[in-house]
Amino acid sequence: MPFKIIASQCTSCSACEQECPNVAISEKGGTFVIDPKKCTECIGHFEEPQCVAVCPVDNTCVIDTSLPRY
Amino acid sequence: MDVSALDEASLAGSAVNIGEIMQAIAEHKGCGTSGGSGKASCGSQAGQGELPTEIWEKVKNHPCYSEEAHHHYARMHVAVAPACNIQCNYCNRKYDCANESRPGVVSEKLTPEQAAKKVLAVASTIPQMTVLGIAGPGDPLANPKKTFMTFELVARAAPDIKLCLSTNGLMLPDHVDTIARFKIDHVTITINMVDPAIGAKIYPWIFYNHKRYTGLEAAKILNDRQLQGLEMLTERGILCKINSVMIPGINDQHLVEVNKAVKSRGAFLHNIMPLISAPEHGTVFGLNGQRGPTAQELKALQDVCKGEMNMMRHCRQCRADAVGLLGEDRSAEFTTEKVMAMDVKYDLEMRKAYQAKVEEERVAKVAAEQEELAELASEMSGIKLLVAVATKGSGLINEHFGHAKEFQVYELSTTGAKLVGHRRVDHYCRGGYGEEESLATIIHAINDCHAVFVAKIGGCPKSNLLKAGIEPVDQYAHEFIEKSAIAWFKSYLERVQSGEIQYVDRSEAAIRQSALISAA
Repeated sequence: MPFKIIASQCTSCSACEQECPNVAISEKGGTFVIDPKKCTECIGHFEEPQCVAVCPVDNTCVIDTSLPRY
Repeated sequence: MDVSALDEASLAGSAVNIGEIMQAIAEHKGCGTSGGSGKASCGSQAGQGELPTEIWEKVKNHPCYSEEAHHHYARMHVAVAPACNIQCNYCNRKYDCANESRPGVVSEKLTPEQAAKKVLAVASTIPQMTVLGIAGPGDPLANPKKTFMTFELVARAAPDIKLCLSTNGLMLPDHVDTIARFKIDHVTITINMVDPAIGAKIYPWIFYNHKRYTGLEAAKILNDRQLQGLEMLTERGILCKINSVMIPGINDQHLVEVNKAVKSRGAFLHNIMPLISAPEHGTVFGLNGQRGPTAQELKALQDVCKGEMNMMRHCRQCRADAVGLLGEDRSAEFTTEKVMAMDVKYDLEMRKAYQAKVEEERVAKVAAEQEELAELASEMSGIKLLVAVATKGSGLINEHFGHAKEFQVYELSTTGAKLVGHRRVDHYCRGGYGEEESLATIIHAINDCHAVFVAKIGGCPKSNLLKAGIEPVDQYAHEFIEKSAIAWFKSYLERVQSGEIQYVDRSEAAIRQSALISAA
């Protein structure tokens, strides 16, 4: 299950984009989106998912339960 | 807006806090109690003063580092740094409003290329714009590529513009060498505490080395990095300004300790700013009812810290995309759409010629002040009072009462006139709409002043001001501020001595917390 960004809460600050070890995050239509094919939940890279740790708005980068786990 | 409710809330408990601050002074011997005149404000009001020439050269036309320069020179911020690596309880990154002026707020983000074009466009339109700062809306050093790319492009195209940046300090030690290489002469670090227990009440978390830290651990890492960064910068001769947000009940007394800590590490200037806090900002402090300080509390703390340290009193807490003199915001003239359509020709000679004229004006202003001050030399009086001034720049009393968006506040005594702050207000003149209410707001904002100096004022506000005990003074229209204020003060003392008027203490004034209604 990769992460996804809740667009209505995204401040478009770009902090997640530069932290993502998989270059999975990009700007689209004014906010940021995560490419589910590239997201690894940061497993093997860092202790915690970087987008979640750096995002200024709580509960904005969340697990996308509609997709299978990485 | 319910003005009376706002004032009651902001005034509550002020007397108690002043007492506590005074106690803190007594305990802190290194600051404010050393006697002597102290340094009233940044740089020097009357030119170079005691500053070494090499430092004077750096600050003399920097509106933030020299109080005197801010009447004449403009600055601009470019919003190329949206990401941040810490969370502050006084900041809400979601908020964006064209009518709101406070740090962290912008209307549009720029790429480094767009930013460079904007700088050239502003520099050509406003030849007294001497400083480019990058201050956010996030943290410039959390966006190092965009920040330094912008500086590189600007340095190449407009080498006469001073470069400046403002950071929370978390990543500062990693970038000090780059800052020095780019000849960034001025760096502002926001330091609100040197005690992690206090820091934990201000910062819920930081993001550092790929990890989110919270609580005491977060505050300790942040503070260690800030102080280390400050030391590294001052070792390299880079001028550092420390910004501190005064949060009553959380760090107000503690800022005396912060002042001592940054002074001992070579900071050039300390800027203690009032917390801006209202529920509509959506910040943690705004929502939990944390109040900002009153004007009197802020001034008392600044006075405690002045000692031998330069204190900044003319900060307008401007937006991360502000353009113009500190008291004005011309960013609406320079939106990306407008800038991209402009045919910009960067004319260095024109800028130099214009700035030479500004220098002439400055010299005349200081000379006039000195002359007037000499007249006051024979006066003996312990009276110290505040006056408000309506100005739109150049150090002149040149704004109508009804058009003023802010009033500058000067403290007058037999030692002269010095700027000690400013008060934001809405325009009083808005075509007859809500005038009574806005006049009441202005009187609240300058309620601690004995007089207000204006270029012009109508009969109705004049009589209301007199009723409130504030003397409207329009006889010095379009003259220099300090010279006029000293001349008025001299006649005030004479009137007191002759028994024509009686000196009375003024009461407290409110610092504006809510958004400006009218666009800048």
